Amino acid sequence: MEKEILITGFGGQGIVLTGNILGMAATLYDNRHATMTQSYGPEARGGSCSSQVVISDEPILFPYVERPQVMICMSQAGFQKNCAMLADGGIMIWDSDLVKSAELREQWDCYNIPATRFAEELGNKMMANIVMLGFVSAVCELVAPDSLKQAVLKTVPPKTRDKNSAAFDRGREYGGEILKGRARQEH
Amino acid sequence: MASKAVLTGTHFMNGDEACAEGALAAGCRFFGGYPITPATEVAERMSRRLPQLGGIYIQMEDEIASMASLLGASWGGQKAMTSTSGPGFSLMMENLGLGIITETPCVVCNVQRGGPSTGLPTLVGQADMMQARWGSHGHYEIIALCPSSPQEMFDFTIRAFNLSEQFRTPVLIMADEVVGHMNERVVIPAEDTIELVERKRPTCAPEAFLPFRPEADGVAPMACFGDGYRVHITGLTHAENGYPAMEAGAHERMLNALVNKIKMNRDTIISYDTEYLDDAEIVLVAYGISVRSARRAIRAGREQGLKLGLVKLNTVWPFPEEFIRDLAGRVRALVMPEINLGQMVLELERCAGGRCPVRLVGHAGGAIIRPAAILNVINDLVKEAV
Repeated sequence: MEKEILITGFGGQGIVLTGNILGMAATLYDNRHATMTQSYGPEARGGSCSSQVVISDEPILFPYVERPQVMICMSQAGFQKNCAMLADGGIMIWDSDLVKSAELREQWDCYNIPATRFAEELGNKMMANIVMLGFVSAVCELVAPDSLKQAVLKTVPPKTRDKNSAAFDRGREYGGEILKGRARQEH
Repeated sequence: MASKAVLTGTHFMNGDEACAEGALAAGCRFFGGYPITPATEVAERMSRRLPQLGGIYIQMEDEIASMASLLGASWGGQKAMTSTSGPGFSLMMENLGLGIITETPCVVCNVQRGGPSTGLPTLVGQADMMQARWGSHGHYEIIALCPSSPQEMFDFTIRAFNLSEQFRTPVLIMADEVVGHMNERVVIPAEDTIELVERKRPTCAPEAFLPFRPEADGVAPMACFGDGYRVHITGLTHAENGYPAMEAGAHERMLNALVNKIKMNRDTIISYDTEYLDDAEIVLVAYGISVRSARRAIRAGREQGLKLGLVKLNTVWPFPEEFIRDLAGRVRALVMPEINLGQMVLELERCAGGRCPVRLVGHAGGAIIRPAAILNVINDLVKEAV
């Protein structure tokens, strides 16, 4: 089964790094196949950018996302530009402080987290993408959570490993709480 | 900690990085270049890795000088490379010709973006394919490879060095932005399993040495500066002793030698893979990132019952003329997806020689070919045939 994931935001948020970590987790630690492609403008920071990840048990023929099953939005512009692509029944995940949207659709499975705020509380808003990855590891099954954490720790600078590890755990715990809350409502 | 030249193991890296690692694994120890999107990551990685390995990285003042530095390094005995994109590739053309006429092994990687001119710095193109063939003035043969994945960026870079050493000529890697920037699994094999080719060196007495006299394989042994042989190199037409000889007879001898060493070794140089060709009626001929678009279109088309096949060109120059001519006589049509408005398709058409229809699925640049666009052209071909 091929999974297409689209991650959107603006330059400087680590959008491409987020896609890279996801693909690395699938390739190196889950021993599956993954591609990560990126799109960005000529600006170094602030312009809109996205990364596209395809994960599969088979070698990947075509490395572009056409109908993502999972979309992760770290900016309002990224959300608006791309949300129509998300497949019916797809998972929409966003940073609740960065995306203020009234038009979430019923056919999506929606999750949100104040990832940037959590990262600031942990000492560096640059880690918002790592908080988000922890959250993703809780709310959708793309790669094994341990694989994802290993890929995070392999990627970040050695001196920041503890902080990033805490950021990942913060996102994962928050995701776990949301899932528990939903389970309680259903019973 | 001593750094290793060959990072044996499994990696998740982008094509540019894989190109740099391929170069290092091939023994490249000189990089002269100028950063340019989307090739910067090649230079960036070489700038970090080469000093650890005792090699030299120089950021030159521009791409004219970059290309010149490769030739000097190669004559100094090193395996040398540069990486660039369209605007830099244009600047390299003059000294690329100097490399060809002086028979200097070196490797140039062009990570293509949209052009002409500054064009689309961050977006994909495949529109330098004819420039790769004929961009420098004068008549010559060239070798150009087209990787379609980060793994092939690694593998083909090693092959590019081997071909350049074997045939004493600059070799081009015609990559593209998507292959360069895409991350995917790259498996780097054990160092002792990587086959490397080194340039032939002279064994004769120094006084008997003629630096441009080809041997039976069409290639002359190369004495580098400092080897103890007397060597004169020039961009002027030269005799076998390397000294200028500007008259028609000398030019004919020299040019034929330059062209023949590639032509007579075509079978060694040309490389392509085929998929689903046994029963294919319509065959996609693709190179670089467009191979990936073609593969998706083939899978979708086969699900609809269309008998589609693929020829994946690993080398684009020299073009596999005899193979295409034969293939064109056996299939209903040939289709080429490429991110330009018609370049390699001209060569495909020429080689097909009217034996079957040839169609282009072109794109001006800035995005890869959508598989649906390929299927539209194929469906039109099927309708025409009914």
